[in-house]
This record gives sequence, structure tokens and C-alpha cells, in this order.
Amino acid sequence: MIKLEHFYVVLGVMLAIAAVMSLRDRHNRRRYSTALFWALYAVVYLIGERLLPAVAGAIMVAMALIAGFGGVSMGQYGSLSKEERVSSAQRLGHKLFIPAMIIPVVTMIGATVLSDVQIGGTLLLEPKHLTIVSLGCASLLAVAAACWLTRSTPVQGMREWRRLAESMGWAVVLPHMLAVLGLLFAEAGVGKAVAHITTTYIGLDSKFVAVAVFCIGMALFTIIMGNGFAAFPVIAGGIGIPVLIGVYGANPAVMAAIGMFSAYCGTLMTPMAANFNIVPVALLELPDKNAVIKAQIPTALPLLVANIFLLYFLMDQKP
Amino acid sequence: MGGALILPDAAGRIGYYCPAAAAASFKGESMQAAVNLWPLIGVAVIIIGFVLRAHPVLVVVAACAATGLAAAMPMEAILDSLGAAFIKTRNLPMILLLPLAAIGLLERFGLKEHAQNSIAKVRAATAGRLLIVYLFVREVSAAFGLTSLGGHASMVRPLVAPMAEGAAVAQNGSISDKLRYRIRAMTAATDNVGLFFGEDVFVAFGAIVLMQTILNAEGIAVDPLHIAMWGIPTAITAFIIHAWHLRRLDAEIRREGGAK
Repeated sequence: MIKLEHFYVVLGVMLAIAAVMSLRDRHNRRRYSTALFWALYAVVYLIGERLLPAVAGAIMVAMALIAGFGGVSMGQYGSLSKEERVSSAQRLGHKLFIPAMIIPVVTMIGATVLSDVQIGGTLLLEPKHLTIVSLGCASLLAVAAACWLTRSTPVQGMREWRRLAESMGWAVVLPHMLAVLGLLFAEAGVGKAVAHITTTYIGLDSKFVAVAVFCIGMALFTIIMGNGFAAFPVIAGGIGIPVLIGVYGANPAVMAAIGMFSAYCGTLMTPMAANFNIVPVALLELPDKNAVIKAQIPTALPLLVANIFLLYFLMDQKP
Repeated sequence: MGGALILPDAAGRIGYYCPAAAAASFKGESMQAAVNLWPLIGVAVIIIGFVLRAHPVLVVVAACAATGLAAAMPMEAILDSLGAAFIKTRNLPMILLLPLAAIGLLERFGLKEHAQNSIAKVRAATAGRLLIVYLFVREVSAAFGLTSLGGHASMVRPLVAPMAEGAAVAQNGSISDKLRYRIRAMTAATDNVGLFFGEDVFVAFGAIVLMQTILNAEGIAVDPLHIAMWGIPTAITAFIIHAWHLRRLDAEIRREGGAK
């Protein structure tokens, strides 16, 4: 069976190679801290489950400090000139799209068609992490196809991996660290405290006000946490279930569906949702850190208002 | 609200008892409703970091430390919690990092240049119309559970953004950097809107499972199919609103072209 752990090793090896390459890159002003950053991340993937939790925690803090103080910087990657890229694009034509399309298509096939395929009595792909395992296989196939098409070596692929990863810099680890913060918040009872304050200090006597507070609360809490999954248990437990269902008899399915979508309106407006709003800024080389958020606010705000009215008018529907 | 007394119980979990907070803020409610408000310090740290525009990674670590200290955890216990969570969430960055090698190789050999070239040849394509088509495909495919069909690293950067830029360049001859960045930002926004408001309409998506679990814990039984179904009105509204903004993007591009 192909498991998630196998791809932890794959990524760990890739990170270790990147660390060695960065260490030897004399054009990188911060080559030692950049190499240390990749090396620490490699340790997390290669032997993470065997590390003492406190050691893993110390690694996380060290990585955050390196990234937070600008220790991950760019070097030189021996890129081809614009003219060489244009002529190679003319030579290869549409074939360039094939490896790029392998990633989504193979992931899709793995997650649907191959989900029940068995070889010698065991499933081919680990069912618990089907999507990521499929994506991992697809990525490796895509690298192989790209190497074959462009007559490059996998080492060249690693150089290009390092170019893209280092151009993203600290944005690479932010989503991971936010997930850690979310777990810590849950452990410390942040959700309970927020729900308590909302229900104590805001009058929810009118049905419309209660619906509006529920939807806006979802969006606001998501803006703070950067994650709708963190907001939903808090606001649904604090307002949705006791007030909307308990007092006004809302249909739970409608409350849940529109509540989660209100949280997503918040996701569109927060830099804390780094992998959606900050990572693309780095990937697309935009000078304004909030450019993607600014492009999304005109969609998110009207949609939040629409959600309040949709929930208000649809919540009485029978289940 | 000082004077919180916080004791780890035998299992190593942290128990809370916060008499000052209980007396000050609960307006005579019974003591058994005591909710510890100290962990909110972590939220406060994030808001302050946000306002001061501090580095996001540093804000997150500061918030972790503040939350741990507010719960009176010793340094090693905080590191333990962080480390265990860090290892447990290792699967998250994989979706971003694994496809980069193939994408980087293709970029080296002219993927972006070719995508821009191909779109420049299609006369009917404008950046806005192209993105409306992408929004539709992204939202519908996500609604069928195919969330992997898009993404910033695997689709937006190598394909969709250069195509949208190429369409605008083909239309106007050349475009200003400001408009170029605006088109790129709208491309990323389109991918997000399509993904968010499509995926929740798919029954087997994580969010639906999460909602059902939480409602079940409160003794409310819901059919996941119903949650997915009641997401459809919002999904359609999201498409209409964002598509309208994309039409406006085309108007912006025309305006800049006309001004020259």
C-alpha cells in the first residue's frame, strides 16, 4: 500500500537536498540560515514521529525565528534566459501542458477510480489520506514526465523546486504554523471563552439580529483565526445551536451550511488564511502583500450580506 | 481579573478556576457556568500583531507562547504541545510543496511563455471572460469533489495568470504594471472563490463531516446531503457576484487601452 508516510520521506529527502544546495549557493547572502531552515524542516519530515515532542516544538520555534527575521533568502538557480525559454516553448509547444495536467488528472483518478483497487489483498492507496497520497503519486509522475519531455535530470528538477520554494520564503511554513496555533487554541479553551462573551453581551431578542450576529460572528472569528474550521465549532456552539435552533427553531442543515459559508467570507478577507491569500502573492510576485485580499473584499462583503438574508428566509424550511 | 488559579490535573491536562473573572463578569450567574477567559490573550496577541503589521510567522509564535503562558504551562509543556501539533499537521504543506519540482521544470522550459502565446492567439478571449470560465470550471469541479483541479502553485501561477495577462496584452498591445498586478490578484481571487463556494456543496468534503460531527455531539441529527444541498443558494450567489466583478475587470482593461 502507498501511504502518506512514504511521501513524508520523499518530501524530507527533497528538503535535505535543498538544504545542501542552498549551503553551496555562494550567491545567497544568507546561505547558512537558509540551509539550516530547510535542514530543520527535513528533520521534521524524515524522523518527525521519533522526535521528542519538546524537540519538535523547539525546531518549530527555531524555524519561525529564522523565517521571521528574514533568514530564508534567494540565491542563484542558473535559470535560462527569456530568449532560450521562448525558443524552447516554440519547440515543445502544447506538449508542455502534458506534465502540468498530469498533476490534477492523476490525483483525480487516484481519488476516485483507484480508491478501491486492491493488490494482493491490500488497498493500493491509503484510504485515510487518499487525496494527498494521490497527489504525491501524481507529482512524482509529473516530474518524470517533465524530465523526459525536457531531457532534464531530476537534479535539475530539484534546483527548480528550490527556486520556487525560496521565492516563497517564509510563506511556505505559515499555514503549517497556523494549524499548530489552532490546535493550541482548542486545547486552551479559546472557543468557549469567545462564545461566552458573545452570548453575554449582545442582545439576541430579534430573529434578524440573531441571524446577523451569527453570520458576522462566523466571518469575524475566521478573520482572526484564518480558518473557518476553527470558527464553526465556536460560533455554532455559542449562537447557532442555543439561539437559532433552540429559540427560533432553525433547520440545522440550513444553519450549518450558510454558517460555514459565512465563515468562508471571512477567509477571503484575512491575511491569517496564508495559503489562500498570502502564498499566491508570493507565487505571483505581487508587490502589495494584501493584493489578493483587496481583490476579494468586493466579493466577500456583498456575499456575507446575502448569506444573512438567505439564512433569515430559508431557516424555517422543514428538514 | 487577576488571581487565576490554574492546576494541571492528574492526566496532565490543565484545569481552570478563575474566581475573579467569575465574580466580575458573570452578573450573578451561577458559579458552575464559570468560563475561563484567560486564553483570549492569545487572540489579543494576534489582533495586536495584526494592527502593528508585525511579521505573521512571529505573531503566530508569540500567540502560541502567550496562550501557553496564560494557561500557566511551563516552558517545556508549551514546547511539548507545539511539537506534538507540528508533527500531527505535517500533511498540510504537502499539497503546496510536492508539485513544485514538476512545475519549476516546465517553467524553465517555457511553460508560462507558451501559455501566454496560446491565449494571445485566441481573439475572443478577454481576461475577464477567461476568468469567468475558470471560475465556473473551478466551482463546479470542486462541487464534484475534484478540488485538486486548481490551486495557486499547480494552476494559477503556471497557467491561468499568464493566460489572463496574455489576453489583456493581446487586447491593449501592452499593459501597465499596476493593471498587470491587478489581473494577477484577480486570478488568485477567482481560484479561491471558486474553490471555497464549490467544495462545500460536495457531500464527502471535510467541512460537511465537521459540521455533522459537531451537531451530532449536541444531539442534533442531520443528513450530510441536506447540508450540502442548502449550500447551493450561496454557491450560486457567489458565482454571480464574482462574475460581475470580472466583467468590471474587463471594463478596466478596455479603459486603460482606450486611454493610450
